Amino acid sequence: MADTAHTAHGSSEGESRRDFLLYATTAVGAVGAALAAWPFIHSMNPAADVLALASTEVDLSPIEEGQAITVTWRGKPVFVRHRTAEEIEMANAVDVSELRDPQTDEERVQKPEWLVAVGICTHLGCVPLGQKPGEPKGEWGGWFCPCHGSHYDTSGRIRKGPAPLNLPVPGYEFIEDQRIVIG
Amino acid sequence: MSELNTNNRALKWFEARLPVVSFLDHSLGTKYPAPKNLSYMWNFGSLAGIVLVIMIISGLFLAMNYTAHTDYAFNSVERIMRDVNYGWLLRYIHMNGASFFFIVVYIHIFRGLYYGSYKPPREVLWWMGLVILLLMMATAFMGYVLPWGQMSFWGATVITNLFSAFPIVGDDIVTLLWGGFSVDNPTLNRFFALHFVLPFAIVGVVILHIWALHEAKSNNPLGIDMKGPNDAIPFHPYYTVKDLFGLGVFLIFFAYFVFWAPNYMGHPDNYIPADPLVTPAHIVPEWYFLPFYAILRAVPDKLGGVLLMFASILVLAALPWLDTSKVRSAVFRPIYKWFFWLFFADCILLGYIGAMPAEEPYVLIGQFATAYYFLHLIVLLPLIGWFEKPKPLPESISAAVSKKSKGGHGPVPANAPAQEKA
Amino acid sequence: MRKFILTAAAAVGLSLAATTGANAAGAIEVPDESWTWEGLFGYYDKAQLQRGFQIYNEICSSCHGLSLVAYRNLQEIGFSEDQVKNIAAQREVEDGPDDTGEMFMRPALPADRFVSPFPNEEAARFANGGALPPDLSLMAKARPAGADYIYHLMLGYKDEAPEGFELGATQYYNEYFPGHAIGMPPQLYEGMVEYADGTEATAEQMAHDITGFLQWAAEPELEERKSLGIKVMLFLIVLTAMLYALKRRIWSDVEH
Repeated sequence: MADTAHTAHGSSEGESRRDFLLYATTAVGAVGAALAAWPFIHSMNPAADVLALASTEVDLSPIEEGQAITVTWRGKPVFVRHRTAEEIEMANAVDVSELRDPQTDEERVQKPEWLVAVGICTHLGCVPLGQKPGEPKGEWGGWFCPCHGSHYDTSGRIRKGPAPLNLPVPGYEFIEDQRIVIG
Repeated sequence: MSELNTNNRALKWFEARLPVVSFLDHSLGTKYPAPKNLSYMWNFGSLAGIVLVIMIISGLFLAMNYTAHTDYAFNSVERIMRDVNYGWLLRYIHMNGASFFFIVVYIHIFRGLYYGSYKPPREVLWWMGLVILLLMMATAFMGYVLPWGQMSFWGATVITNLFSAFPIVGDDIVTLLWGGFSVDNPTLNRFFALHFVLPFAIVGVVILHIWALHEAKSNNPLGIDMKGPNDAIPFHPYYTVKDLFGLGVFLIFFAYFVFWAPNYMGHPDNYIPADPLVTPAHIVPEWYFLPFYAILRAVPDKLGGVLLMFASILVLAALPWLDTSKVRSAVFRPIYKWFFWLFFADCILLGYIGAMPAEEPYVLIGQFATAYYFLHLIVLLPLIGWFEKPKPLPESISAAVSKKSKGGHGPVPANAPAQEKA
Repeated sequence: MRKFILTAAAAVGLSLAATTGANAAGAIEVPDESWTWEGLFGYYDKAQLQRGFQIYNEICSSCHGLSLVAYRNLQEIGFSEDQVKNIAAQREVEDGPDDTGEMFMRPALPADRFVSPFPNEEAARFANGGALPPDLSLMAKARPAGADYIYHLMLGYKDEAPEGFELGATQYYNEYFPGHAIGMPPQLYEGMVEYADGTEATAEQMAHDITGFLQWAAEPELEERKSLGIKVMLFLIVLTAMLYALKRRIWSDVEH
């Protein structure tokens, strides 16, 4: 770059020393610029107060068998479904190896009657239907995403449609028999 | 625009369609001639441009986390300081960047005054600079309001009330500025919107400023025009590397304030949330407004003070005609040189007076300093130009440089380019 | 280079000249104290800050809020996660609405900001004879002498106002308070706090500790700021030196 304006009388030794200095300085400056960009980029990541947001507590006792509720956790909908014996059976009656995202129902629940899953379609982020009575539950009795037609089963696993993964199960624990804390 | 000298076929293809590289080469590169004798005083123009970019980028990321509402503004700024990753760094860069922007620009302006950079053919260039200054002042003022601290609120109140000095329409103008009957949420909202957009107006005028510069080319410490290729060197690499070195030195000063004295140039009262019922004991504007604040207060009449303050900047637009000397650089003006420093000291004095409470002896000193400010520009400058006998000018930049290095620094280096007249 | 140094000096001079004025308008001279967080390598003494928190928690917090600080932040001054949970759980915050639409009180969590003693300014004034105890989150930044002011204010009470000085019924004379008539009674008496770490609780010690805690509350980023600053500064010095060498070399074939 700098050589374009350089006239021809510098000795070749001086020339190479200048080149070395030029490259070294350019490299140091470029590293500095890259490092300086980090605080700006990092400022767009979740802030400390966002990361520290309180976890969500859910009282399960009012949820009748066969019913489901949607709670908010970190600004996202979380499905909590009180599954019937039939639904649990349906969730288990599948050859796991044939699934797109192979997972047994056991891996996805702590107590078989309670399914807790983040209610966001793994395709492009819509909220699937199937929580309220009367909503389409898809071909496998779980959830159906109206945006692009993904079907989830009663364990929240993807069975048909464009979504690549099962509905994720958030970290949660039972603090009482009928009470969970998500997060 | 001449052909770009390259063997890169992809670049050639692109250049034939959008010649951006050769454009840059002509405006800031190897094809833009600059006087070979520019001193470090000529670093501050490009430095100001870089600071403007730093301000826009840091401001953009701050805006992503700021809430322009009277109920949330103060806490949202504190959230930036405490919770947003590196938010404190962004805010301190922006806060101190404003002060440093003015330091750089003020030095740039005084350099122009000393070396007569406003004289023909650079009058429009000078005007564009003044427009940039005015836009900067408006932007800085509105930015200071955004944290919604005590100084934000009362600064906004006092400054907007200046407009009430105008007869008949004054009160209506102030109500219009406020969007209500006091400085309140509508005021904060519009100030945020304007504070965000005005810097881009500054960028636009900076482009005009540089455009005008490229027509006339840079002035230089000798104040004489470039007469041939021996007087000039290409901007790149000579002044790019010199400007980058200057930038490094600037960043060292800047980093000192950002990391160790971030609130030195601020005011403690602005860490108290705005309270419309309590005025702080001493209201002072940010330091860069102090000289103008002193001029405002020097006049006991409300309207008079306001007019004089605006006049103190507008009068600078007439400088190319007020200064009657044909010689640009103060180096060859034995009398003006002294008056320049007197004027400089007067401006510093005005800044000091602006920070002092409105009581004696400060009021009287402020009045004298204000009078001298205008006396210098309106009376002394024309007179000095008429009566002063300038020293003889060198015949060319290269001749002067050659003489200096022969006389002052021993023999001319063997590898120096030939200095014959072109 | 000579010209360059002159230029740099002019730049510094200009800025200093312009700012000294702005800071000269203070009224009462506050003596300078020395603190660990001052200087190039300033840091916080975590033990001091924890003692300071104890004073805030046991004394100041009955009147003064600290609304910009969250309980989780206490982990930064050396409290463990469980300690922070316990500290937070001692206070109650309003939450809700619940399923029936009612607001309810629950124990504070680490993610909550410090609970203020009064729900609003009116309640605070009513409980304090018309005086408003200010929020302390930014106190160390919001007063001209900052930490020094807090320290001396805590110790600056005089039993008797100077002759001829009029004090209100609920006011006290303090050497360092602007106007000297302060609504806050003297707070720090020897031994009124039993420090968890066994430090002797003299008035000076307590003033020292609460000042440290409030300084941290106002500038929690200070340690990170100064240590990053050192790195940035070293980098800039190296880069600038290289640019200077490059500049000299590039300019070596030009007479200027």
